[in-house]
Amino acid sequence: MSTVFIALQANEDTRPIIEAIVADNPHAVVNQQPAMVKIDAEDSLVVRRETIEELLGREFDLQELQINLISLSGHLDETDDEMKLYWNA
Amino acid sequence: MDMKTSSGKKLGLKEKYRHMTRGLDWETTYQKREDVFPYVAYEGIKIHDWDKWEDPFRLTMDSYWKYQAEKERKLYAIIDAYAQNNGHLNVTDARYLNAIKLFLTGISPLEYMAHRGFTHAGRAFPGSGPRVACLMQALDELRHAQTQIHSLSNYNKYYNGFHDPAHMLQRVWYLSVPRSFFDDAVTAGPFEFMVAIGFSFEYVLTNLLFVPFVSGAAYNGDMGTMTFGFSAQSDEARHMTLGLEIIKFILEQDPDNVPIVQRWIDKWTWRGYRVLTLVGMMMDYMLPKRIMSWKEAWEVYFEQNGGALFKDLSRYGIRPPKWLDQISFDKDHISHQAWATFYQYGAIADFHTWSPTEDELDWLSSKYPDSFDKYYRPRLDYWREQAEQGNRFYNKTLPQLCQTCQIPMVFTEPGDPTKICYREVDYQGEKFHFCSDGCKEIFENEPEKFKQSWLPANQIYQGNCFPDGTDPTVEGFDPVSKVLEYYNIQAGRDNLDFDGSEDQKNFAKWRGMATSNE
Repeated sequence: MSTVFIALQANEDTRPIIEAIVADNPHAVVNQQPAMVKIDAEDSLVVRRETIEELLGREFDLQELQINLISLSGHLDETDDEMKLYWNA
Repeated sequence: MDMKTSSGKKLGLKEKYRHMTRGLDWETTYQKREDVFPYVAYEGIKIHDWDKWEDPFRLTMDSYWKYQAEKERKLYAIIDAYAQNNGHLNVTDARYLNAIKLFLTGISPLEYMAHRGFTHAGRAFPGSGPRVACLMQALDELRHAQTQIHSLSNYNKYYNGFHDPAHMLQRVWYLSVPRSFFDDAVTAGPFEFMVAIGFSFEYVLTNLLFVPFVSGAAYNGDMGTMTFGFSAQSDEARHMTLGLEIIKFILEQDPDNVPIVQRWIDKWTWRGYRVLTLVGMMMDYMLPKRIMSWKEAWEVYFEQNGGALFKDLSRYGIRPPKWLDQISFDKDHISHQAWATFYQYGAIADFHTWSPTEDELDWLSSKYPDSFDKYYRPRLDYWREQAEQGNRFYNKTLPQLCQTCQIPMVFTEPGDPTKICYREVDYQGEKFHFCSDGCKEIFENEPEKFKQSWLPANQIYQGNCFPDGTDPTVEGFDPVSKVLEYYNIQAGRDNLDFDGSEDQKNFAKWRGMATSNE
């Protein structure tokens, strides 16, 4: 088993994003660190636009993530609807 | 947020990316293709279809400007507020600033070199996908150099050692370590540069530099650094993704590429690991409020994350980098060995060093139960006793340097932390010295490159590091003071122990003024 992760700044913009990630990835583990949040997940992790939009109450472009992204690991695949992190092995 | 258009037809991300990163070039007609792209073949890497290159974020220039502009607005709003609010007086204590000096002199100028490297690599590649990716990354790196210098210029108004990073990078002994690392990368071919910086540094190692560092800045009340760090790091996440894409792209193009890439991964993981010794020291000794030890950061960001990565890459026939056994053993040692070196050479450094406090020593003991009390704490205790009696120890003999990484020969034998590791190679009638098997093998693979290393200690002894017009034959000649002059380090202000420094006194005085009506 390999772990992927995504790290985001801890701020008002990312609060609903983190909430959405947790909702869509029940296997994810959230680590609060100084000024940042690191989310680890076995094998893969998905960030879904619709879930974020529901929580935000407005339209959301997944590329807005760029502004508050700190780091990530794994292969990435981004479309209009979701951003996926995964390992093949 | 995007404005809604009335037509209702909007390109999806994938189509938009394809339209804006493909078909932007043309076939050469009146010049030979190999004359237009002269650097793309000599490294032996074979590429059959450049269009297979894909940026997984599918970022195009229009979105790039939009999000980068927003990052800049956030960044400068915070930098202004931090400066207007005398934010520098809110850092945990003034010793912290020395970590930032090391960052400004050792890292920020490398961001600029990375900018140059990516413009060069982008120009060298015949495919328009990687060219677009290199363009964005080149702009990011330039932005990082500038935003770091802007943020840290605020400290330059108040504290010593921030005044001349670009000049120092070219001259100061320990700065030749990061400098030669990047010079090695930008003078390599474009594919090696991408594997060196895009993959090995950005993907495998940059988390160790930026994540604990930025979190550390936040923990130590340094909002300026935290902000530029996060702003840069949001680009780094994109760079890491590209770094992984680079490797997959090259490996999938031709099986002949595998052994070439493997050798670069071995070389650049080791080179990068050596450079990061400075970060290990910073985390374990220079942040008054600690976040995690070097060893812990190494385990999370290298062993766990790198382990998953190399497991994934094994399907291409790539194995984990060489010398991992030694790297794994050394995580208990290198930060302590580095701090001991800088403590001794504190008279010719652009930042202050000090004896750690009792609670800091206890923290180190708890984080390094297998090594600190046995090998390192007694020496620090002894030095502190000596300093308290007025005998602060400064080493005045220049150290021997490793021909490859240029770090003084302070590292120990794999498996034996009581014995300094020495390796040597005879080449063209000369003897060359190395700190490790890794650095020795890198030299043996490229002796014509590394025999030219500009080694600061050797250059000082040859008389090449004095100001113009210096006459070393005059009576009472003091080489150290002339070397400091050449470095533009102000003796007695920028260097020596933190205890008794101008920074220490000013910080205490100004903080006192900020919290009372004296």
